[in-house]
Amino acid sequence: MLDGEAAAAPAPEPSRAAAEEELVSALRRGEEAAFVELINRYQSVLKRVARIYVSSPAVVEEVVQETWLGVLQGIHRFEGRSSLKTWIFTILANRARTRGERESRSVPFSALVSEEASGSDAAVDPEQFRDAADQWPGHWRTPLRKWGSSPESQLLSAEAMSHLQKAIDALPQAQKLVVNLRDVKEWSAEEVCNVLHITETNQRVLLHRGRSKVRRALESYLKERSVK
Amino acid sequence: MTLPGDMDCDELVELITDYLEGKLAAFKRIRFEEHLAICPSCVEYLSQMKQTVKVLSSLRDAPPSREELAPLMAAFRGWKQQR
Repeated sequence: MLDGEAAAAPAPEPSRAAAEEELVSALRRGEEAAFVELINRYQSVLKRVARIYVSSPAVVEEVVQETWLGVLQGIHRFEGRSSLKTWIFTILANRARTRGERESRSVPFSALVSEEASGSDAAVDPEQFRDAADQWPGHWRTPLRKWGSSPESQLLSAEAMSHLQKAIDALPQAQKLVVNLRDVKEWSAEEVCNVLHITETNQRVLLHRGRSKVRRALESYLKERSVK
Repeated sequence: MTLPGDMDCDELVELITDYLEGKLAAFKRIRFEEHLAICPSCVEYLSQMKQTVKVLSSLRDAPPSREELAPLMAAFRGWKQQR
């Protein structure tokens, strides 16, 4: 299979498509700034996604480097039938799969996905809800503690951000990747499903479980702060 | 008193993402919104989940290091010369 031009890839929306076309032309003209822009945009995500296929950090680095070479070598053939992002990640998947056959992960990503998306993983500690013997089973035991009127400014402090990062780092691997792509990088559900080769339902379950854990971490952070 | 069709808080918290993604079936969305209309704690919970998503979108990765960029830029220059 040729690198890129994945079948049935989502077409980019018009305004974004124009900006992307400009970036592609600039890269074709050999403008270094365009290449740096792409690296800044995708380098960290490429590394995260490469880890789906290969385990060794050195091989991850190599696969990502090979992907950029593939981007440079193939940019003249890029026809814009898929978004640039989809095209770049298809190159990554092809390079990584070739390496992955030799350097494969001990637990395949698909196994992590089924494991992390199955069974029970309550969004909220069940202790916070009234039990079956109660007059109001399944309802909050006590009113949910409010985050206050301006929690966002508190949550955007450097201290809160480091808590947030820790909360993400602590997530199970597949949930972490989906939360990163969907909420941090603001990719669409469709893009995430295509790049990670997961079903829409699994994508949503992983997102839900990951996000819910992050909310709990922020809740305990705000609680600690208010006690201080 | 809880009517048979009513949604409980512990069910609602598990449907938040489906709701935010617009993936709840119509009848479930109605039950979801009816519950919100009478439950301030679940309104607060929904708001906290939305804020969580918003704060997550403000996180930024550190830019690639000089060591990481160097081989890529060398490859870029090589590619440019060869064209």
